[in-house]
Amino acid sequence: MEILIVQILNSIFQAASLFLLAAGLSLIYGVMRIVNLAHGNFYAFGAYVSAWTVGAAVALAASRGINLGVAGQLVLLPLGALAVAALGAIVEPTLLRPLYRRPEEYILLITFGLLMVLEDVIRLVFGGTPLTAGSIMDAMGSIPIGGLLYPAYNLVVVGVGVVAAIGLWLFVYRTRFGVILRATSQDRRMAAALGLNVGRVYIQAFAIGCFLAGLGGAVVVPAQAAVLGMGVDALVQAFVVIVIGGLGSLEGALVGALIVSAVRTAGVQFFAEIELAVLYLIAVAVLLWRPTGLFGRA
Amino acid sequence: MPTARTGPSFLWLLAGGVPVVVVLAVLPPFIGVYQTQQLTYGLAFAIAALGFNLLLGYTGLLSFGHSAYFGAGAYAVAFIIQRLHVHSLELCILGAMLGAMLVSALFGYACVRHTRIFFGILTLALSQVLYSLALKFFWVTGGTDGLRASWNGLTLLGGLIDFKGSGAYRRFVVSYYYYVLGLFVVAVLIMWVIVHSPFGKALQAIRDNETRAGFVGIRVRRYRWIAFIISGLFTGLAGALWVPLNGLTTPEVLYWPFSGEIVFMTVLGGFRTFFGPIIGAVTFNYLKVYAVASSQYWQLVLGTVLVVLVMLLPAGIVGTLGQLANKLRPKQLQQG
Repeated sequence: MEILIVQILNSIFQAASLFLLAAGLSLIYGVMRIVNLAHGNFYAFGAYVSAWTVGAAVALAASRGINLGVAGQLVLLPLGALAVAALGAIVEPTLLRPLYRRPEEYILLITFGLLMVLEDVIRLVFGGTPLTAGSIMDAMGSIPIGGLLYPAYNLVVVGVGVVAAIGLWLFVYRTRFGVILRATSQDRRMAAALGLNVGRVYIQAFAIGCFLAGLGGAVVVPAQAAVLGMGVDALVQAFVVIVIGGLGSLEGALVGALIVSAVRTAGVQFFAEIELAVLYLIAVAVLLWRPTGLFGRA
Repeated sequence: MPTARTGPSFLWLLAGGVPVVVVLAVLPPFIGVYQTQQLTYGLAFAIAALGFNLLLGYTGLLSFGHSAYFGAGAYAVAFIIQRLHVHSLELCILGAMLGAMLVSALFGYACVRHTRIFFGILTLALSQVLYSLALKFFWVTGGTDGLRASWNGLTLLGGLIDFKGSGAYRRFVVSYYYYVLGLFVVAVLIMWVIVHSPFGKALQAIRDNETRAGFVGIRVRRYRWIAFIISGLFTGLAGALWVPLNGLTTPEVLYWPFSGEIVFMTVLGGFRTFFGPIIGAVTFNYLKVYAVASSQYWQLVLGTVLVVLVMLLPAGIVGTLGQLANKLRPKQLQQG
């Protein structure tokens, strides 16, 4: 029973990070019709920046005899997400915008080029050794669940995921900017004709999508180390999520993330060899049965 | 809309192709073992890109999962050599093409139901099924270690050529180069016939306007499926030829970034032209080899090349040369 609770918590913990990643990918696709292959590497970049920042700050504080404490470290964590958002705000107008008039293959390709570039930029800047912000995990300790100990930080991530899901929903469906975003997504030319600055909406949407990816990476590093190649791995998982949930749908990203994490957690327990294959096969089955995913609209 | 190019005739292909093949055939003694090997890699990749471009350039479908068919061919050869103890490369290739055909027929059947971005994601997801199986079923596939496929046990041309005794490696490299060159020429001829046949024209009609093609009576989905299988066969052949050269196949050739590299090659050469993918594959191989040799940050180099290419030369090498030639031609006429 306790093991079941721990496994469910684990799967929700995974789902929280995966949701952030997939929601960003989905938002960008929904508004701009871009499938961003570099999205996973934005996630990895966020993870590295956060881990590096927390590590450097803790070391600096310790050398001055200050203890940063849990709160101090947690506040530093989202810096990675902000860095990725800034990167996105540079990439969209310089690299992507010139290609909107061309066939979509070119955008896919340029994001693939970006993926390769980012992979090595991460290595160049942060080196090949894994980085973690494990000090947060240690500082927060663990809480008992029945007879088992469970890291308290994982619950924080679950909380972040829930807040992000609700916040994102309110943002898209209840704010003025959300209306602008949806209008641009539905009919770009009509939105422009009504006086919206579509170019600015695109930068903002892309930056928000990147922010979510970066946040997804940032919340993971206290629990798991940031390693090279994590972005490429994460991207295919995010693909599976948005294929199941539906391209461009936030609800879909949430449900998809929960399904994928549940399958992976169960997979590790019961069918470790074919865990990943099962995941991809589920995505294929959904794509064949409902091409637009569970929540997608054509 | 640009008008459809009918393309040069078969005679033109012979006139342009024969000198190139002759040059390629006399090259090995002048360029040494290492360069011969690189050229062999390039030719193998060229077959893969040629097959890939039947889908992208001629049918208008961007597959992001061609690593699956390359890998299927590669693993099939390694498996046949290692587990079935077969030495004849022809038998291995036959097995590999059968494997690649099965996989592409199965995957293609599912994928051709979609177009555009859904097609891309579906091909990617399916290729990753194979990747994860190759990774996890290590008792069959060797896991991340991969499968070894050693060249020195192989025989070419039904046992006529084997590699025993002194200087065997050098002999292998040179004779294998001619072997791959021969198959490359056959592959180019077959692909040329395919894209200039009524079937190829039907594919181009589907690419340009799916609805109209349907009205004309073309069975769109069936044609796409057949194109998918042919494409998978070519890519599988390339994978099969690549293995003895590389000596080893690892799950990396099934991983989706490798599919991205095949797309990269094709776009580098120009996917709107017949010869673009060939030039692109050979160029890409050299580009990658030199980037890897000169810097540990080779992905940065290749990624930057890709970004610049997409921004500035979207037509690729061959496409851009063609445009230049077209620009020059009217001027000469005016002067004359």
